[in-house]
Amino acid sequence: MIDPIFLAEAAINGIMLGGILALLALGLNLIFGVIDIVWIAYVDLVMVCMYALYFLVQVYGWPFWLGALASVAVGAALGVGVHLLIISPILGSAPINQFLATGGLLFFLQSSATFLWTTDHKSVRFSLPSWELGGIFFPATRLIPFAISIVALVGLYVFLTRTYMGTAIRAVSQDREAMALMGASPQRIYLVTSAVGGLMAGLAGALLTFQYSVHPFFGGQFGPLTFMICVLGGLGNMVGAFVASFIMSEIISIAGVVWSTEMGYVIAFVVFIVMMFVRPGGILARRS
Amino acid sequence: MTFGRAAGLALVALLAAGPVIPLGGMKEYVLHVMVQIFVWSFIGGAWSLMGRFGLVSLGHGAFLGLGAYTATLLWNFYGLTPWIGGVAAVALTAVVAVIVAYPCSRFQVVGHYFALVTLAVSEVVRLLIIAERNWTGGSLGVSLKPAGRDSLLAMQFADKRVFYYAGLVLWLLGLWVWLRVDRSMARSAMEAIGEDETAAASVGIHVTRFKIGITVLSASLTAVGGVAYAQYISYVNPDTLAGIGVSLRIVFAVVLGGMYSLLGPTVGTALTIALAEYLRVVFGLKFIGMAETIYGLLLILFIIFLPAGIYGSLRDLVLRLWSPPARAAAKA
Repeated sequence: MIDPIFLAEAAINGIMLGGILALLALGLNLIFGVIDIVWIAYVDLVMVCMYALYFLVQVYGWPFWLGALASVAVGAALGVGVHLLIISPILGSAPINQFLATGGLLFFLQSSATFLWTTDHKSVRFSLPSWELGGIFFPATRLIPFAISIVALVGLYVFLTRTYMGTAIRAVSQDREAMALMGASPQRIYLVTSAVGGLMAGLAGALLTFQYSVHPFFGGQFGPLTFMICVLGGLGNMVGAFVASFIMSEIISIAGVVWSTEMGYVIAFVVFIVMMFVRPGGILARRS
Repeated sequence: MTFGRAAGLALVALLAAGPVIPLGGMKEYVLHVMVQIFVWSFIGGAWSLMGRFGLVSLGHGAFLGLGAYTATLLWNFYGLTPWIGGVAAVALTAVVAVIVAYPCSRFQVVGHYFALVTLAVSEVVRLLIIAERNWTGGSLGVSLKPAGRDSLLAMQFADKRVFYYAGLVLWLLGLWVWLRVDRSMARSAMEAIGEDETAAASVGIHVTRFKIGITVLSASLTAVGGVAYAQYISYVNPDTLAGIGVSLRIVFAVVLGGMYSLLGPTVGTALTIALAEYLRVVFGLKFIGMAETIYGLLLILFIIFLPAGIYGSLRDLVLRLWSPPARAAAKA
């Protein structure tokens, strides 16, 4: 029998990780929902942002908060760049071509990271306190990213529901043609969406740096998981993505303690597959 | 005899004479690259059987890995000849394909969602192989136990020419299956399903049966390819034979070549392998990752500028140059 303290700690770690995963899944969800293209290389953009942060903080000696802001900016710039250079020329092509173009980007980013920065794991060192409550440790390296991700999620929610641009973005994801007829420019909305998606990637990168070291294959670690959460939550359903990321991260961290890390992912993916059959519209979708 | 058929026969004759052509010291290497092209073209062709009907699977890494690992582990642990082990591997893969395809078709999981479900399947297989490291060797992979001498029973030969001819036969077999499907009723049915499932069902096409059938065929052939590849390389590794990476590579090669034509997958595979080998030779061990970087970049450029695939685009070009009036008439 496993010590219940371990289980409780795993559960809490799951919640903390869930916040960041929700950020990633929502960024991807936004792009998928609005532009209708799956960015296979989305988490590889996160990897690039993490490298940027690492070099700025560890090599050039920037303070961490400034590096994190730079990472967010890099993310937004990457989002815009990917959209302008890769996505917009192929907006009209077959879905599989769009899919594969970002897959090519995945190979490109992974291997250029290997080429430029070798496969060594690089991490930013922190000296932050840790608190104990009832035998369970709450390290600041988990609490701070969790708190920031929650704030960012609320910010995204406000942006999407309370601003003019956010409303336009949601409108496009509901009906592309009708929106163009109403006089909105889809091109501009796509660009803003890609920038916001990239920004979320940059922020998630900065927050993941607290706990994870970066290496060229970082995208493989979180990439498939992010797609699953994004789809599991349901397109355009922010609350759904939020709930899905917590479910998935709980499964991974608890099964990771009980069996092994790989089995945690296996169970999470199997849950995803089954859920796709039972509730194809996402976990919170009403059955039609 | 049509021009196409004559060209095809000439190509096969040339390939069959391949090992006899004197190439000096390069011979072993050229044969090695050719065997890889045969096997991966076969796998690509198997993928395109369902890919061309809009069933974009990213799960072929799973089928490949299941095939390769089942045959290899049966041989390593029980000394079971890969001929029987291969049949077991294909049977297991077919069962998994049904388990995936039935609910996908029953609950109408199509498009992006089908791709993501199959992607999850290929990750599950890869992670299971890594998790069961006691038998499978985990992420380090496992070598095929050597038979010690050339053995038909063990499907192990020191001479690359044997594998060359086996690969050639396998490749031709794949093309034959592709043609059979292309000329069958199943093709029309699958095209109708790919366009609109509900409409297809309303004219009496058994949607579920056709979808499962084509998925099982495609997966089984992929497993055969996996067994063949494992026998040739005599080493299996979860990262090269299962998971998202290899699935993407298969799809890339096929889309690059063009998935709606008989030779499209072969052209795409030959080009990607030749490109990867060329870059590897040019950069060697000096710039690790450089070859792959250029590979990724070229893939993006190809997809943007040659959306119909290389073979498809070339064929369109040739057709346009040869018979402009016919094409213009077809357009009007």
